[in-house]
Amino acid sequence: MTRIDQTFRRLKAEGRPAFVTYVMAGDPDFEASLDLVRGLPGAGADVIELGLPFTDPMADGPTIQLAAQRALGAGMTLARTLELARRFRQSDPETPIVLMGYYNPIYSRGVADFLTEAKAAGIDGLIVVDLPPEEDEELCIPANAAGMNFIRLATPTTDDARLPKVLQNTSGFLYYVSITGITGAAEANADLVAPEVARIKAASDIPVCVGFGIKTPEAARAIGRIADGVVVGSAIVERLASGQSPATVLEFVRTLADGAHGDG
Amino acid sequence: MPNELFNSFMSGPDERGRFGNYGGRFVSETLMPLILSLEAEYEHAKTDPAFWAEMDDLWKHYVGRPSPLYFAERMTERFGGARIYLKRDELNHTGAHKINNVLGQILLARRMGKTRIIAETGAGQHGVATATVCARFGLQCVVYMGAHDVERQAPNVFRMRLLGAEVVPVTSGRGTLKDAMNDALRDWVTNVENTFYCIGTVAGPHPYPAMVRDFQSIIGKEVRTQIMEREGRLPDTLVAAIGGGSNAMGLFYPFLDDKDVQIIGVEAGGKGVNMKMQHCASLTGGRPGVLHGNRTYLLQDDDGQIQEGFSISAGLDYPGIGPEHSWLHDVGRAKYVAITDKEALAAFQLSCETEGIIPALEPSYALAHVAKIAPGLPRDHLIVMNMCGRGDKDIFTVAKALNVNINTGA
Repeated sequence: MTRIDQTFRRLKAEGRPAFVTYVMAGDPDFEASLDLVRGLPGAGADVIELGLPFTDPMADGPTIQLAAQRALGAGMTLARTLELARRFRQSDPETPIVLMGYYNPIYSRGVADFLTEAKAAGIDGLIVVDLPPEEDEELCIPANAAGMNFIRLATPTTDDARLPKVLQNTSGFLYYVSITGITGAAEANADLVAPEVARIKAASDIPVCVGFGIKTPEAARAIGRIADGVVVGSAIVERLASGQSPATVLEFVRTLADGAHGDG
Repeated sequence: MPNELFNSFMSGPDERGRFGNYGGRFVSETLMPLILSLEAEYEHAKTDPAFWAEMDDLWKHYVGRPSPLYFAERMTERFGGARIYLKRDELNHTGAHKINNVLGQILLARRMGKTRIIAETGAGQHGVATATVCARFGLQCVVYMGAHDVERQAPNVFRMRLLGAEVVPVTSGRGTLKDAMNDALRDWVTNVENTFYCIGTVAGPHPYPAMVRDFQSIIGKEVRTQIMEREGRLPDTLVAAIGGGSNAMGLFYPFLDDKDVQIIGVEAGGKGVNMKMQHCASLTGGRPGVLHGNRTYLLQDDDGQIQEGFSISAGLDYPGIGPEHSWLHDVGRAKYVAITDKEALAAFQLSCETEGIIPALEPSYALAHVAKIAPGLPRDHLIVMNMCGRGDKDIFTVAKALNVNINTGA
């Protein structure tokens, strides 16, 4: 059982949805990013998605694109991203870390070596945007075999016929993409998302988290009522990009967490 | 003969869209159902005589096919060796091979009930071809073009706008062809219901590499017939320029199982492939990776981050190459070489002076390689080179490279 599985089991027992935060590793630089990541659990994050910078993030909007460019510009690499996770793990043995990004840096490193290094760094799961079920042999199956969760995306275009294929090798949780589009674009509509989440939950016991287009505490609250978890990324990264200090950004994260958890 | 069938170089891709280890479907879940339905539509159309009848009619009356296979007599004399034939795809409507493929994809889009077409473009030739066919069929057209390319290919930008297309300058990343492809994919993932993505080369997720190759194969099929008429036998050597590799794949594919036909792809070597990243030669200077939906040779750094190519030719300025070329390279069926910008410019001028043909910069790379090998080959050796585009769009770039002021001629 991974830290992700344990976290969702605990939250289920508490009757609370998970609050999942996304930040880009190394944005704006290694030390500031590490400070921010270290502060996330204290600000209410139950799961941390750590963005792996890539030059060509095809599913991301301008906010995450620019975050990746800042991180790469500051010398971020796959190895440095794993180092950041390892440093975080020294002071926090519990909060799950999901590495989220694109396949090429991992493929370039070599899947077997990557999995060994990522596990040693304390990474618990992977979201790789450009690996659909049709390419499961590449990384999904080896990752699951290595005891790491492979978290799949389901989208509004994933119909009933296709859903079993998407669920098949997914572990940890399922990430439901609330909109057709890129990160940070349109706003998620809880009324439209609710039946989709129900459709997935009817087909599987796996926790379902919802992300894309959730920008405010109110939106987080609305999604938290209908899903097992709420993912916020661009809205946090946007504040960091506007020059806010990690402490100020963490205050905002706290308001999102309270919204997602239905507190306050 | 099962054994011969097994050894065919023409049987790819497999059901997973792979050519050997290359190709595949590396796309986000949102796009996966879209490319599966495109694959199903294409599989159906491929064996539908009505689809090909419509293609043939448009190829003949709208594009002007078959394009001539022209014996380049003065060029042959100049080199003093092999007999050189040029496949004149620069005479197509819109001035390049790109329209061969666009017609096929737009007919598919119409069959699928799509009303909005998006495309990426580098030099602008694919964008112009897409805008043209969209105008012909009354479809909305949006073309993504790197901001840097918008600047250096102004005439093509104006052409697309005249044809009613919306040209979106792409500033993400570094504003080149690969970034235009990223933004086109971002558009597609957002507008899944009504939009068809018309990819301009033999790259992207399956079924694009195979589908674009099949549409471009009209080039090679015509060459087979034409060279038999002219010479009574198949050519000895085929030469074509490669960015993504669609004109080359179109020429090469029908000859892959003719073992005696030597096949040479010419990449853009920029300032020289040994000059760090001052080129776009993915096969000569890259290594396998995953980008834009497929595994193929890519220009990338040690960390797997994609690098920008460099070429005077916007049409070859892409850090990847079609996956089937990667496979043909690895199995050794085709040979890939690099030509520098300087060599291509010399070939451009040679074509103007000896044959009265102003070539696009892209085929000038292929011609530069012909100029290298032809003199050393016997006089009965037949070379067919694909003259895949005309040079009207490039005269400004060439003038600049030759230090000529185009307004004063000085």
